[in-house]
Amino acid sequence: MADPMKIRASLVGDSTEVKVLMNHEMETGQRKDAQGKVIPAWFIQNVTATFNGRTVLAAQWGPAVAKNPFLAFKFKGGAKGEKVQIAWTDNRGDKRTDEATIA
Amino acid sequence: MAMQSRRTAGVALAALVVVAGLALAQGSAVDEIAKYREALQDGNPAELWELRGEEMWTVPRGPRQVAFTRCDLGLGPGVVKGAYARLPRYFDDAKRVQDLESRLVFCMVSQQGYTPAEATKVTFGDGAARRSDLEALTAYVVGQSRGVTMDVALDHPRTREMYALGEKMFYYRGGTHDFACATCHGEDARRIRLQELPNLTTIEGAQKAYTTWPAYRVSQGELRTMEWRLYDCFRQQRFPELAYDSDAAIALTTFLARNANGAAYAGPAIKR
Repeated sequence: MADPMKIRASLVGDSTEVKVLMNHEMETGQRKDAQGKVIPAWFIQNVTATFNGRTVLAAQWGPAVAKNPFLAFKFKGGAKGEKVQIAWTDNRGDKRTDEATIA
Repeated sequence: MAMQSRRTAGVALAALVVVAGLALAQGSAVDEIAKYREALQDGNPAELWELRGEEMWTVPRGPRQVAFTRCDLGLGPGVVKGAYARLPRYFDDAKRVQDLESRLVFCMVSQQGYTPAEATKVTFGDGAARRSDLEALTAYVVGQSRGVTMDVALDHPRTREMYALGEKMFYYRGGTHDFACATCHGEDARRIRLQELPNLTTIEGAQKAYTTWPAYRVSQGELRTMEWRLYDCFRQQRFPELAYDSDAAIALTTFLARNANGAAYAGPAIKR
């Protein structure tokens, strides 16, 4: 199973600032190994952020996103002590969901 | 004749302009790299290694199922906070001076029951298929010294011996290129490609360099430790391969760590 994300969420004014570090190889499918064989593409495809059952961010990613990606975004609303969930799915169907409490 | 000299002057002038342009580009490249580092600092993936290392720390491991919470990094069994800022040091139980990575290997062998070969099977990781526990553990331990003032004591004769040996190695010229560490790291404003090199013979240079290792290397997508840094410097110098957990690596680390005394530790950092 994939490794956990590191999520920080803090209330700034009337919006919540979320910073996420994800653990992922993000293989482009363009690289070759020492034997000259193409390393198959393996990357996060869909990312969603939910707050109180509402999707506040939905993204489609591709192989151009860096290894161990960092995602930062803001959404209107949020309250201290409440939780934000981040979920991703990669092109192999592997998934990971983590949550953080808004500080 | 007059014609020719005028033409030569023209060429010289053009060359001068090109050189000036290059110098300008170099200056701004250094600034740009600094900006790039600053922008990345906020989302440093080194935290992912710290997280993994922290989880590993408390879990019983190895044939004897012993956790690192029994491992003494110099401040007592399981004490991690501030431990890295005082390493390397002499350890009575190991009867040698050890840096953090040697100490982790020592705990894995003497307490957890791994063989030395098992403990050092993956010293430097390579992607998801070849991950290094040592890199994750190192990231966690050094992160627990963030903000702590470097304070490496030379109170033991063996530590003093290692420091002197490290200093000698730093200035020792050898290999096919007749290189010493000091060849690249003994002068201000030296660069390798567009990367500025710290002058490790000055206090500020030594402090800035030592307190920002280990670091996440963006170009490799891996967290790299001090032993890796030295290993790769040896490779670049065309020196013999630097053995992990060797006295040579520990001596150089002792020299560099001690010279960084007085600065606040700031790792794990992020680097190109």
